[in-house]
Order: sequence, then C-alpha cells, then structure tokens
Amino acid sequence: MKLKTLMLGAAAAMVMAPAAFAERGSDGEVKIIYWQAPSILNPFLSGGTKDVESASMIIEPLARYNEKGELVPWLVDEIPTVGNGGVSEDLKQITWKITPGLLWSDGTPFTSADVKFTYEYCTHPEGGCAQLTKFEGISSVDTPDDLTVVVNFTEATPNPYGPFVGGESPILQAAQFANCLGANASTCTEQNFNPIGTGPFTVTEFKPNDVITLAANPNYRDPAKPAFATVTFKGGGDAASAGTAVMETGEFDYAWNLQLAPDVIAKMQEGGKGVPVAGFGPLVERIMLNQTNADPALPEGERSTALHPHPFLKDPAVYKAMSMAIDRPLLVEIGYGQAGKVTCNWVPAPDAFNSTSMSCDTQDLEGAKAMLDAAGIVDTNGDGIREKDGVPLSIVYQTSTNAVRQDFQALIKDWWEQIGLEVELRNVDSSVFFGGDAGSPDTFQKFYADVEMYANTFNGTDPQAYLGNALCDKAPRPETQWQGENISRFCMPEYDALWAELSKTADMAERQRIAKELNDMVVMNGGMIPLVHRGRLSAHSNTLGGVILNVWDSELWNVADWHRVN
Amino acid sequence: MTEPVPATPSPIEALKDKEPSKAPRSQWKDVWDQLRHHKGAMFGGSFLIFITLAVLLGPYIWQVDPQKLDIRNKDMRPIYHLLWDSDAKAAWSKPLGSDQLGRDNLAQMLAGGRASMAVGWAAMVLSLLIGTLIGVLAGYFKRLDGLLMRTTDLFLALPILPLLLVAVTLFRQPLRSSFGPEGGMFILIVTVIAITSWMPTARIVRGDILAIKEREFVLAARSIGTTSGKIIRRHLLPNVLSPIMVSAALGLATAIITESALSFLGVGFPSDFPTWGKMLADAVQRMEQFPERVLLPGIAISLTVLSVNYLGDGLRDALDPRIRGR
Repeated sequence: MKLKTLMLGAAAAMVMAPAAFAERGSDGEVKIIYWQAPSILNPFLSGGTKDVESASMIIEPLARYNEKGELVPWLVDEIPTVGNGGVSEDLKQITWKITPGLLWSDGTPFTSADVKFTYEYCTHPEGGCAQLTKFEGISSVDTPDDLTVVVNFTEATPNPYGPFVGGESPILQAAQFANCLGANASTCTEQNFNPIGTGPFTVTEFKPNDVITLAANPNYRDPAKPAFATVTFKGGGDAASAGTAVMETGEFDYAWNLQLAPDVIAKMQEGGKGVPVAGFGPLVERIMLNQTNADPALPEGERSTALHPHPFLKDPAVYKAMSMAIDRPLLVEIGYGQAGKVTCNWVPAPDAFNSTSMSCDTQDLEGAKAMLDAAGIVDTNGDGIREKDGVPLSIVYQTSTNAVRQDFQALIKDWWEQIGLEVELRNVDSSVFFGGDAGSPDTFQKFYADVEMYANTFNGTDPQAYLGNALCDKAPRPETQWQGENISRFCMPEYDALWAELSKTADMAERQRIAKELNDMVVMNGGMIPLVHRGRLSAHSNTLGGVILNVWDSELWNVADWHRVN
Repeated sequence: MTEPVPATPSPIEALKDKEPSKAPRSQWKDVWDQLRHHKGAMFGGSFLIFITLAVLLGPYIWQVDPQKLDIRNKDMRPIYHLLWDSDAKAAWSKPLGSDQLGRDNLAQMLAGGRASMAVGWAAMVLSLLIGTLIGVLAGYFKRLDGLLMRTTDLFLALPILPLLLVAVTLFRQPLRSSFGPEGGMFILIVTVIAITSWMPTARIVRGDILAIKEREFVLAARSIGTTSGKIIRRHLLPNVLSPIMVSAALGLATAIITESALSFLGVGFPSDFPTWGKMLADAVQRMEQFPERVLLPGIAISLTVLSVNYLGDGLRDALDPRIRGR
C-alpha cells in the first residue's frame, strides 16, 4: 500500500517534472511549416521573409522588436538611448555594450569584432547585400574593446536603431565568413547554408527550397532553453495546405502567414487541432488615386506623369465621395475577418503613430451623392455617369490577381457605380504587377490606370522613411526608369517641408505628432483611400505553447521560449 | 426452211436502264442516317444544342443581372439542398444559390456559358480555317511544303501562357480602345487560342492531301486541264472533310478548356465578367463548404466537351464512306 503510493507519487513527479523544471531539449521535436521554402540561411544575401525568418532561429541581432513594436535588448544588456548615454547628444553616435560571456554555437566567444565584421560584410563594395539600407548613413563602426561597438553616422540620425537591430540585420561570425567578402559572398555555400550563430538552434541539415533540420544549440546562453531538442522546418506548398496541416490534421505545430479568406480559416479551425493567431503591423490595403492622367491617348512617356494632371481625381468632392461610398466593415468581414480592421490611415501602427483625426467606418452613399451634386459634378447627358467639366467620371480600377482583391473590386465597383461613376476592372498577374519591369505597362509603379489597389507596409517601427514615399521627387517617371515609391504621384510642397522637419526631429512625442499630420495630409488631399488595416495570421497547434506572434520582427523571434503544453 | 425467230426484246428496251426502285439519296442523307444510329453522337448533339440554346436564350428568360451584388443573400445554397436539409439557406429566387458576394449562380452560369461557348466556337472556326489552309497548301504545293511545315513546328513549340501574357501586354490597349474592354479581350483570347491550336489540323490535312493527290481521279482531273484551285475545291477538300470535322470537334473542346484555364489563372477577361473557368477559379477555395460552386461550372465544361467529342466521333464514322453503312 505504502509502496504503491510512493511509486504513484514518483510516477506523478516524473510526469510533472518537464513542466516544472524545463530543461534544454526536454520537449522533443517541433515542426514548423512555411509555405514559401527558404533557399539560403544568410539574410544578407536574400530579402525574402522566408529566408530571414528561418535564419532568425540561428543567427541573432543585438536588439529586437517585441510584439508591441518596442525594442528589447537581445545580445546586449540595455538599449542605448540619449538618456542613458548610449546615444550621443548630436545623434551621430550609438554605443552598444555586448552582454559578457556570450558564445557562438561552436564554443568561441562572441565579440565586437564579429559585429564590425558584419558591417564590413554587408557594405563591401563588390557584394550585393540585400540589407544594405540597414547600414545606410554609417561612417564607421569602431570596437574600442571586445564588448563595445560604436556606430558613427555621417549625419544626425534620430532613429539610430537600423544597423544590427531586427531579424534582417543579424550578426555573422567573423571567423566563419572571413573568406566570403564581396564577390565571394554567394560562392560560400557551406557558410550560407550552415551559418554559426548565437541563436537557440543550429543547422543539422539544410536542403535548399525544401527542409531544414535543426538541433538545440549546446552553447545557448540560457541553459534551460530551448525546450525543443530538434526543429523540422518544412518549406513549400500553399497557404491552404499549411493551414490544414496545423489546424485540421495536426501534422505540423506552426504555420506562417495564412492569407486565406476568413470563412476558409474558420472551417479549418473546426478541425480542432490548432488555433489561428493574428498580429497587426502597419500593413494597409489601400486604393491609390492617380494624381496624373493615365489616358491611353497621351503619348508614351507623358502618360501618368506630372505633365498631365488628372482631369477629376484631384477634385476633393470626387475623392471624398469615393471614400464615403465604401463600406469598410463589410470589406473587412468578407476579406480578412479577424486578420483585418477598418482604418482611415496610411500609417495605422505602431499605435503611437496612428492618427485618430478621421473616421470612416460608416458607408454614406447618399452623402457621397449629395457632395458630388453640391460640387456641380452631375450627369448632364443622361447616360447615368456624372461629368466634371465635360469629362465623364469613368475610371479604370486595377489590382493584382488574388481572390480577395477581386471580391473587393466587385464590391467597390458596385458602390462607385451607385454614386454615378463608371468603373472598369482590370486585374494583372501579381508577378507582373509587382515585378517592376520598366518595359511592362502593367506594373503598379507605371500606374496606367486611374486607381489601383494593393497593400504596403514598412519594416521596423519608425515610419519616417515610409512617409517619405509621398515626397514629390519619389514619383515614378520615365527619367527614373519608372522606379519610385510615390505611386500616386502625390505632390504638395507643404508635405515635403513637414517631412524635412520630421527627419530633423529627435523628440519622440513631436515625431509622432508630425507623422500623424503627414498621414492626414496625404489621406485628406486625395493621395489614397485606405481600406483595411491588415494583420498577419499564423496558426499554431494547441500543444505548442509560448508563441507570441510578432509582426515587427521575425515570427520565430522567441522560438527559444516555445514549449510543449498538454 | 424457216426457223422460228427467237423472241428477243426490242433493242431499245435492252438499252434502257432499269428504273431505280427508290428515289436517289444524297450523300448528306446517308450521313444523317448513319449519324442517327450513333447513340453517343445523338446524345452529344442534343446536349450541345440544348446548352447553346440555354446560354443564348436563357438570359432573356432568367432576367437577373449576373454581376448584381446582393451581399445580404450571399452564400445561398442551391434549391435542391432543401431536400435533405430543410434549414439550408436556399430560396426559389436563387435556384442555384449565390456566391460569396451574393451574385446569382444561375445567371452567372448562363452568362458565363455564353462567353465560354462564344470563345470556343470562334477560336475553333478560326483555327480550323488556318489549319486547313496551311495543310492544303503544304500538301498540294510541294514548293511550300518545307516552309509551311517548319512554321507549323515553330508554332507547336510556342507555350500558350507566356504568349498570352505577352500578347495581353502588347495588344490590350489598342484593342480595348477600339472594341471596349470585354470585346477587345475576346478578340485577343480567341486569336491567341486559334494561333496556338491550328497545328494538328494542318498536319492531318496535309497528310491526307498528300495521299489523295496521287490518286487516279486527281490525275484524270488534271489531264483534262482542271486548274489547281478547282482540283482542291472539287476533289480534295470533300475527301478530307472527315478529319477536318473531327479536329473541329476536338478544337471546340480544347478552346473551351483553354479559355477556362486562362480565366482560372486570372489572365483574360475583367474579373467581374463571368465565364465558366472564372467561376471555377473563384470557387476552389470554398470547395469543401460549397461544392456546388465547383461542380456546376465543372460539370457544364465537362459535359459540353464530352458531348462535342461524341458528336465528332459520330461524325467521323458517318462521313467516312468506307465505314458508313456497316
């Protein structure tokens, strides 16, 4: 009797043990599926999210963004700021203090020389580094001692957290990549496929465009982590089958970025093996309004350029009425469900930058009609289409080929036709639309249409560079080979002046105020009609704990904390 | 000695033909008699007539705008769902249900069928004309043979999808300004399908022409001074009619399928212009919840193609005098 009780107690204790005292490798294997397969594990040679995120389990930056978009120290003890003296008063220098005692997975110490090497690796003049923008404006990186990194900028940089911060800018080991500088970078297959890192896992085997198997890093800084001994990271397939594998069949523990209609997700969730999780970054589905005339009768090279302003889309009554006619809550319900929110803003996140000056969550067809009537834009020839100065409000509405976007097109066309516009829909294969080929008339940069719909976002948490997309000189035009980020060709001198002020301001509250004002300026002056604030939807199995969906950094940022739950 | 004269028929009588017991039959009557006994062809033909009439006349009877959104009545099930599930969201106002934006499925099927059939017929006729012309010229005129057949090989190597993407890029704007967005795209799709599908017809026709032009009756025609054009029209074309008919039937099927595939991939008609292929593409994501949205256009495409194939099969049997009558 006593013996039995004792044995039961012992058995119970053994069962309880892993949960109570987690230790490295105690939870076996975790299976992750990304429906885009990684082809390389060196994020400096590939801009693809799949490559950046898979590599983030192995190599790490000095600091990361957490799920709220706040900086958290990663390989350092604290985030340098002006307040703690880590950032110089003139905003030209930032000093990182590396945590003492960090080891690479091969057992050698992690030093400031590795950080400096990473800078040299990416900025090598002969190399084609994909993350070069992270290192822009740096004059030098100094290493006064083994644990101190000083980054000097050529100009005052209010946001000095570009280099060595976030999953796109991790630290490479100098010893491993020493011979891979410049033109040799892409030939170092062994290094690019098996980077040595400080992260919780190390590569066991990497099959490009297929599977990565990883094992716990024996030299990881927290002896209790990671809870999983091995990771199987499968790439490829499509979003629907990845969602099914996690939520319906339970073959995998984590599926990334499920871009599926809400009813499809709900159906998968009924499988009961997993749950979807949503996170909101600054991704906004929007309609860009062309400020220039895209009339095909205009000669090539003048079409959709500042030479010919748009005949009616610059009229406040027209773009305001177009925005009022849209039922955004319905669009969210149909297209994105829990992965979408109504927004009137170009920059809806981080929260501190989200302007609250506009509201647009109710559709007002009658108000839109009245506004057009009041502006004298009425149907004069009885064909059901309003005219402004004799030009009928007839627009071409283009977007990329995607089921949700085509549904949106159909709905918005219907509403716009109700207020007296004529709408022609066009959808372009997304590889062409976003391909950026200057020779194709169908790219979103060329914008040979009156309005176009797509989504855009920015990396990190500071919208300064993103807000710079509405500057006059960023407009795509023939002289720039149709490259440029100011897709709607928005141009307002006041905007440019205010943006210049933003780039010189360091005070956070002031930056937020200016950024909101810039956001409002673009939306209220008809640069775009924001529609839906889109989140990212991933799914994890019910038995996987510790998942915190992070849209500001790699989704696998805290993979060291993942564990098995019952 | 006079022998009795044997009773011989009068010479005039002997030269007279016997009266035909039945009225003469035309070739086409024979063909029809043969075709009528081919069950597959009869089924195929009547289904084809039915579906053609349905898409032509249907929109006048079922006067619902296929592009009309009715978001409150979205995701309705077909009326037959009420048979086993009395709570199903279904109503006689939308007999085949509605899609995720509340567009009426029946109206979309009719309008979509119109587009698909029109593309199918037009592309088939065009590819048949090109194929027959090239085949006859290559088979009859030896000088042209090498050149035309190498051209055929060249076209056989063209992949349709990249070609269509390039054609859309190059020609959409001019066609759109002259024929409107839907008309322009119709012409473009029909042309691209036609110029990528005439090659098998050309090869078959060339082969048959090569064989037939060496036969005695062609030699006889030539010896009395018949011109080449007359020989082709009077003697060769009627003899290659059966392979042409068969490739016509197959061509129609291919064209409908190609158009569906293009719509499925999102290349082609504006996204709110229904075709069977587009309906299929839109429905794939919700295949498990609303199987009818995949099944209806899928079955329509399959049955049309199948019926055309059966009809072609029957026509071949009926048009070939060696098979006819067996």
